[in-house]
Amino acid sequence: MSKIHITTTVNGDPAEFLASPGMTLLDALRDELGLTGAKEGCGSGDCGACSVMLDGRLVCSCLVLAPEVEGCRVETIEGMAQGGQLHPLQQKFLEHAALQCGFCTPGLLVAAKALLDAHPDPTEVEARYWLAGNLCRCTGYDKIIRAVMDAAADLRQERTA
Amino acid sequence: MPELAYLAPSSPEEAARALASAGSRPLSGGTDLLVQLRAGRVKPDVIVDLKKIAGAVGVREENGGFVIGAATSGAVLGEHAGLVRAWPGIVEGANLIGSTQVQGRASLGGNLCNGSPAADGVPALIAARATCVIVGPNGRREVPVESIVTGPGKTSLVQGEFVLEFRLPARPARASDAYLRLIPRTEMDIAVAGVGVNLVLDAGGVVTHAHVAIGAVAPTALLVASAGAALVGGKLDDARLAAMEAAVRAACKPISDKRGTAEYRTKIAGVLSRRAALIAYDRAGA
Amino acid sequence: MSETLDKPAAQATLNVVGTRPIRPDGADKVTGRATYGADYNMPGQLVGRILRSPHAHARIVSIDASRARALPGVKAVVTSADFPDLASEMHDGGEAASNLRDLSLNVMARGKVLYDGHAVAAVAAVSAAVAEEALSRIKVIYETLPHVIDVEPAMSPDAPVLHDYMFTEGLETPPTVASNIAKRHKNVRGDVDAAFAAADVIVEDRYTTQAVHQGYIEPQACVAAWAEDGRCEVWSSSQGQFMVRTYCAKILGLEISDIRVTPAEIGGGFGGKTTVYLEPIALALSRASGHPVKMVMTREDVFRATGPTSGAVMHVKLGALSDGTITAATVELKFQAGAFPGSPVGAACMTALACYDIANFTIVGWDVVTNTPKTAAYRAPGAPIAAFAVESAVDDLARKLGMDPIALREKNAVRDGTKASYGPTFQNIGYVETLAAIRDSDHYKSPLKPNQGRGVAVGFWFNIGGESTAAIHISEDGSAAVVTGNPDIGGSRASMAMMAAETLGVPVERVRPMIGDTASIGYSMLTGGSRTTFATGMAVVQAAEKVILDLRQRAAKLWEVSLDHVVWRMGQAECIDPAKPEKKPMTLAALAAQSGRTGGPISAQVTLNAQGAGPGFGVHLCDLEVDPETGHTSIVRYTAAQDVGRAIHPSYVEGQIQGGVAQGVGWALNEAYIFDRDGRMENAGFLDYRMPVASDLPMLDTIMIEVPNPRHPFGAKGVGEVPIVPPLAAVANAMRGAIGVRMSSLPLSPPAVLAALDGKGG
Repeated sequence: MSKIHITTTVNGDPAEFLASPGMTLLDALRDELGLTGAKEGCGSGDCGACSVMLDGRLVCSCLVLAPEVEGCRVETIEGMAQGGQLHPLQQKFLEHAALQCGFCTPGLLVAAKALLDAHPDPTEVEARYWLAGNLCRCTGYDKIIRAVMDAAADLRQERTA
Repeated sequence: MPELAYLAPSSPEEAARALASAGSRPLSGGTDLLVQLRAGRVKPDVIVDLKKIAGAVGVREENGGFVIGAATSGAVLGEHAGLVRAWPGIVEGANLIGSTQVQGRASLGGNLCNGSPAADGVPALIAARATCVIVGPNGRREVPVESIVTGPGKTSLVQGEFVLEFRLPARPARASDAYLRLIPRTEMDIAVAGVGVNLVLDAGGVVTHAHVAIGAVAPTALLVASAGAALVGGKLDDARLAAMEAAVRAACKPISDKRGTAEYRTKIAGVLSRRAALIAYDRAGA
Repeated sequence: MSETLDKPAAQATLNVVGTRPIRPDGADKVTGRATYGADYNMPGQLVGRILRSPHAHARIVSIDASRARALPGVKAVVTSADFPDLASEMHDGGEAASNLRDLSLNVMARGKVLYDGHAVAAVAAVSAAVAEEALSRIKVIYETLPHVIDVEPAMSPDAPVLHDYMFTEGLETPPTVASNIAKRHKNVRGDVDAAFAAADVIVEDRYTTQAVHQGYIEPQACVAAWAEDGRCEVWSSSQGQFMVRTYCAKILGLEISDIRVTPAEIGGGFGGKTTVYLEPIALALSRASGHPVKMVMTREDVFRATGPTSGAVMHVKLGALSDGTITAATVELKFQAGAFPGSPVGAACMTALACYDIANFTIVGWDVVTNTPKTAAYRAPGAPIAAFAVESAVDDLARKLGMDPIALREKNAVRDGTKASYGPTFQNIGYVETLAAIRDSDHYKSPLKPNQGRGVAVGFWFNIGGESTAAIHISEDGSAAVVTGNPDIGGSRASMAMMAAETLGVPVERVRPMIGDTASIGYSMLTGGSRTTFATGMAVVQAAEKVILDLRQRAAKLWEVSLDHVVWRMGQAECIDPAKPEKKPMTLAALAAQSGRTGGPISAQVTLNAQGAGPGFGVHLCDLEVDPETGHTSIVRYTAAQDVGRAIHPSYVEGQIQGGVAQGVGWALNEAYIFDRDGRMENAGFLDYRMPVASDLPMLDTIMIEVPNPRHPFGAKGVGEVPIVPPLAAVANAMRGAIGVRMSSLPLSPPAVLAALDGKGG
């Protein structure tokens, strides 16, 4: 089985790896690049724990073949905190206790950031539907939604300040 | 050990050649194919990624109508203001496929050719009287969307053929469409029933053209001509709506499975058709 | 929104307990650094994969793995022949006892497969692709047998018998023929027949629920390494590293001393990770191959092969006087155990009437084996199922009596001094306060809109204590490391750190909580039964008190005063010897800095077997709206009140309540195991299993009632399990209100709701 050489950008840095043609982006991130922040909860795109950004689009990395990302930009949870500072969403998740076991948290944070990048002022209902692809079994979503809405408000203030 | 290869052709003709082998499998958004690969339900020896083909991704306006690249993701469709204005039902059908994450990948071409009777993207396309441009070893052909799927997981495409794009006709002034489906949750489920309704009105609000297509209630999505006909010739009054509902229910040939009973699906298809017709009517500016 | 209704507290002022600091493991968990079961790798590891039965019930005629072994890259194949054939032996693993033979047979089938997904063989290979190819080359010849899935058919005399050695326990006359009924539980009080004869009002119904899964998002995962000297290392995601160690030792016939288990971060468990599936197999493969072996379940494996909780058929009859006094109850509970005995029907029997003071009752429970995956604990095991039936019946009784449903429950409520239906006498319970909180809530007084209904239901869980170890090590800068043996499943590091900080009188940031591997900390029962904050927290507090005693002794030595003249206040030693007014207080940091001169490092360990976990009560209020044309249901408002004893970290207590509600709502509305005619699970994935997503739920309001538990240093009661008990019935009772029809079978899926509506109309 011949492997394919993939050149891509991960969290702003060039990254290269060898992938078998059937390998998913999730497996490439976890096994080839050592980025285990994206989790596999289902492998079928139904839980969102493997969420990453691909060329600026939110995707399930379990539903992308590694060879498809040749020349693409990939952003993962590992790139969310910048310069030793947590992203406001990460900080709000902590302040609101929006995680319990924490397994779904990386995917939820990536998805929530995609939401706020695209829609800085979502309603609660919009946030709930946007995040419907991210299963959380611990929290009942209440504190997650509060954290996202609170972060959105802070980010809007930051923008106008 | 079986070998697997990945190809990403840049021209339709190259793609058709790559798809000529029996073990090949086209890859569009991948949201169905990767699940099937993982489950071992398909074991291709070559995966042909269609997204690098010129024209396979993106939306363009042509002759007053729209051409949708078959591999265009739902997210891109939802961001195309002109398409949303003209064909809100098609876009909402496409945007109901899976989560935000799935929307970043899943395409109408993949949704159609996967052959699921419950594909959310398909009924509104059929109701729109959209056509598919098919590329294959014998060149191009253009066929109505409803002629592609022949049964669950089965299509009329021959080896080497794939859907390159969808074509939507030009839209008269007072026209719109809508798609509704029923799922047990609010998101993330496969449709138990789905209905697309496409209406054209005259200046007085009288329905001049109507097309109704139903999903998840038969082995394939169906165009229900009698349901459309029931709406034509007047405003959407209760009698016309009731006649349409009855026609929709009569056309249903569902199965009972883990997602719903045949009786339930049939009943719901009627309810959804009425609600979708009223939305489309309202959108058309009645 | 949440509120705390406080009873006058006995505690002195608290500085840390009751506040909401950021959890100590927070940064790791929001950056992707936290290392869960599948995130760990060992050098040279192989990939392990399991071949699972495609049949619900079959005899294994033969297994031929020669073609798999011949495949290049395959390093080991194991079957039941590689595991000792254990004798029947009960082992008390914490929340519930397990039979080690059954546990072993569940990990790897021997002679028979008992459910679709039952493991029959496993391989270790150099890659996943090779391992999967190897599985396809293992030839298993099965002789299929008739199977039985549902509980009542399994009890029938002509049912296919799963275990020809199993004879029903608990009957007056021991049976002479084997059956699928493992055990009958019975609990009787008073004269129930006479009480029914004298009752003014009687309600009665039959209720059914389907098997549901815990639904943790992290599939089971482990890495295991067997060294040439027989020493084993296991890294795994579980609710208890000591549980994994014991079970691996028993199933593989090893010495406990040869196994060290390191707990990974755990991505949810809810009881489902209180047993082993992969670890013994990974160890067997490692032994056979000489390499470490990593195993990760797929989601399909998780549904097909790990424990759901029982589906059940129940019958409840209640009798009451016209003033609302419930005088008689009969409850019969039939529970699916899955392939081996041990459904939670015993706990269901004990909890079924635990909220009610009833003079006459009969409770009978049946534990029944079926060709489905062996059930595992799921959050308050058994209690939500029984509560669904009993609370639905109580709702019907209130309707029939024309009484407010909360008033009816208040009239019959257990209080301090009431002898509980399951035996002990309640003390320090906060049940009536919890009922009152819901009765007085804005939510209960708010109007409903068309097609909406409102439901009330209550729930009870024992909560447990048990064996725990905690160690505290003071660093030379005065900071503290707190080591316990309990995996942090939902924020327990925060509560451990807070209780230590409160006791020591230091800021919580100065405490670093850790979870030790089995060789680094003393034995601790697993994280389950809502025991960790109570029992392990008690050990932490006692260890901190031991440290304080040591610090006082050191200060006394330095000051040359008696120990009685040194007190510990606000994180420092103070001299109260009137003869030595010049002695300035010494902080923990100051004492730590000179520990070398006062006797060496400062450290303390406490082991205990905690008793007196306070039982918990919850009262839930649910509003839902039904689309009358489709039967689709939306939860529009939800409030849950619970007696939590004392909320150590209120945010995580609220989180436990909200999470329990969400799981219960999923159970009520859509979740269910669906089997085809051949007994194969049809919905072994998140797509068709249908757990609640974010858009399915409203905000979940909580009310924390604090009636302190005097047996805990800060008054804590277990909180994690109670909140899943009431929601099934709260939703069903709201549905009764919305559609005017009692739906007594879960789930209340749209087709079922529409059928119920049509039944009423037609």
